[in-house]
Amino acid sequence: MSIAVPPELVARLSALRSRGQSYSRDEITEIVTGLLSTLDGDLSNVNLKLYAELEDLAQYILSAKKEIASLLPDDITSTHLPTATDELDAIVGATEVATNGILHAVEVIEGLTAEMPPEVAEKITEAVTEVYESCNFQDITGQRITKVVKALKHIETKVDALVAAFGDEIQKYRDVNPQKQMADEPINDAALLNGPQMPDDAANQAEIDALLASFD
Amino acid sequence: MSVDMNMSILIVDDYKTMLRIIRNLLKQLGFSNVDEATDGSMALQKLRDKDYGLVISDWNMEPMTGIQLLREVRADTRLKTLPFIMITAESKTENVIAAKEAGVNNYIVKPFNAATLKTKLSTVLGNF
Repeated sequence: MSIAVPPELVARLSALRSRGQSYSRDEITEIVTGLLSTLDGDLSNVNLKLYAELEDLAQYILSAKKEIASLLPDDITSTHLPTATDELDAIVGATEVATNGILHAVEVIEGLTAEMPPEVAEKITEAVTEVYESCNFQDITGQRITKVVKALKHIETKVDALVAAFGDEIQKYRDVNPQKQMADEPINDAALLNGPQMPDDAANQAEIDALLASFD
Repeated sequence: MSVDMNMSILIVDDYKTMLRIIRNLLKQLGFSNVDEATDGSMALQKLRDKDYGLVISDWNMEPMTGIQLLREVRADTRLKTLPFIMITAESKTENVIAAKEAGVNNYIVKPFNAATLKTKLSTVLGNF
């Protein structure tokens, strides 16, 4: 068997290689078809077996791609990871507010020690010092959470690369399998378990009172 | 030699709560002339604008880290002998070695307590 590759096919392959990215299924089909059309002479049994193996492998890859596309990996970067990092940022913010509240309270207490009997003032100061020491936690937890956020961002980058490699495969899956709209579904108990809301999304007590009053 | 309890001390940390804690602990120890900066570059500017007797700095800050600040201080003719204590959660041996090589006077690992702070201040400044 000999292969005489036409110049236009060589140019096409070269152009695709220079793009430095993944190819669509249609492009691969076009290339393989073009290559096969250049084959001449007799195909041996070994050649045929090799061709069948390659075809099986291609089918396997296509099947795997469809299965992974059905997992909608772009949801990870578009929804899940941003939500996780926002929640972690909210933890840092909430602990900072709480720590400052604690510090403010003990600073007030410490400021009153001048008006206390010396032996009482000494004990109060010792206790206040312990509170200051304990409030170290906010800095440490903040730094630990920052490390987790960095790890999540690294995962996001990797998943983005995976999504890019799939090209339009994921969108094709979405087109064939549209997700149900939340509004179309009755709200069940599980859907009500959302935990603390982000500050921008949370209703305050006045808004909740107004909502309750609207039922009267 | 007695310690000047009125000396200006610059504390540097990107966590406001940490600045507040260190300031309060220093006040308990008798040092009430304390300024704050939230990263190395802000600290460097303050150090060039005013005379300080001590710098207490965090390591992990942006854009200028504590170790970068320390190197800038040691490279500055006027500031090169300024006492510098690092207070940081970076507790790996290589961090301590790098800080020592850069010219740090002492090193406190977070979380720390008041007794450790007092001991380190005494080591760097003398007993007070």
